[in-house]
Amino acid sequence: MGKVNNEQLLEQIGPVKEMIQTCIQCGTCTASCPNTEFMDITPRHMWRLLLTDHAEALFSSKSFIMCSSCYYCTLRCPRGLELTNAMSLLKQAASRLKLKQFRHSSLFYDAFLDSVKKHGRVREMEFMTHYFVSMKNPVVPFGYASLGLKLLSKGKIRPEFGSSGKGKLTALFKRVAELEG
Amino acid sequence: MKYLYYPGCSLEGTSVEYNISTKLLMEALDVQLEEIEDWNCCGATAAESNSHLLSYVLPARNLALAEKMKSSKQILVPCSACYLNLKKTEEIIKKDKILFEKINIVLAEEDLVLKGDVIVRHLLDVLSKDVDIEKVKGNAQNKMSGLTIAPYYGCQCLRPFTVFDDPEEPHSMDALIQATGAGVFKWDMGAQCCGASNTTTKPEAGMELVGRILKAAKGADAILTVCPMCQMNLESNQKKISHKEGIDLEIPVLFLPQFLGLAMGMIPKDVGLNLNLSNTGPLIQKAI
Repeated sequence: MGKVNNEQLLEQIGPVKEMIQTCIQCGTCTASCPNTEFMDITPRHMWRLLLTDHAEALFSSKSFIMCSSCYYCTLRCPRGLELTNAMSLLKQAASRLKLKQFRHSSLFYDAFLDSVKKHGRVREMEFMTHYFVSMKNPVVPFGYASLGLKLLSKGKIRPEFGSSGKGKLTALFKRVAELEG
Repeated sequence: MKYLYYPGCSLEGTSVEYNISTKLLMEALDVQLEEIEDWNCCGATAAESNSHLLSYVLPARNLALAEKMKSSKQILVPCSACYLNLKKTEEIIKKDKILFEKINIVLAEEDLVLKGDVIVRHLLDVLSKDVDIEKVKGNAQNKMSGLTIAPYYGCQCLRPFTVFDDPEEPHSMDALIQATGAGVFKWDMGAQCCGASNTTTKPEAGMELVGRILKAAKGADAILTVCPMCQMNLESNQKKISHKEGIDLEIPVLFLPQFLGLAMGMIPKDVGLNLNLSNTGPLIQKAI
């Protein structure tokens, strides 16, 4: 997908802005987040950008994909805002818009869900292979090789080959896509 | 006592020892488990990062399948990520009627209906609240006395739904550990994040979080977990992080039911101890 402008981004994230409308910028979320040192802007700053319609700036940061869903911010937010869910909605928007800077994470989730659609359950080896192939980077898999071999030797993952034909949950996935437009 | 059982994908693969030991422990505690027929993946964190509706439909299919079963109205879930996904679906349909309707429109593709009359329970919730702890105590063989065990809870069995424990300072594992004769390691990392899937997709961040936990556990004889993701992260990165930090951070990491089973006299192989990725040898030596 080519360049997405601020208006298009705003349209996608309207519901998230709605969710955090009562944010008082206290920064409790930032203070509670275990991943802030790996973020270019803090969670509090992200909500500020969202509230002031600076969607381009928001999506030029990768802060929200650093969220590891620990739910500390949600638990502690004095306004009771569901901030972890807001992070997820931003990840969904990035995935829907196929934004280039989030390709790495989107591919990981796509590979995972593809395995679920086909078999109903995740086949870990198939999904990681799919992920590595889709990244088109021959060096990346080596970082995981020693763990992979260990898991194989313990019989915890099995080399499996995808069955062809209709996937187990294809009908559900299709209906979801229709309803979400 | 009888519960419907949702193992989830990890318990069929990378955390098969969690499955084996949970079933064995429950049997020893006179708790019956009946696996939900034809269950599917809960969506993990992938569905919620991709589609809002899908992230509820995948768990909802499991709840609908569970509702068709007659033996119990409670689902026992050992995996914290699965637990959270099933729980959030149980909760949201009480509040969001429009979403509830949409979920049922999708489930109709498989002639399934979700009514909302099953309760989702985490394994730790059931072990600490429903099970008679005297049964653990009565069967404990004193092997564990003298050991100091670090209880690690992780995030998603505690937050955002605060059902059975304090979400910041959890203690539900304490009594279970003490019932085996072991002591509880005092630390403040029990409810901290292990980095989740960041260890795979953003390793520099994920490894930092795992490292903080391993460093804080120094002095304990083992760490206990109740989540496949936490277990994998804490076990599989010990060598790498030890090397990077220049200190030995290796420590046995066990699933809670493995540890309780061992204390109650089960043999290591029966609780799947040969399948753990960390070196559990030092713990077994000390326990005997």
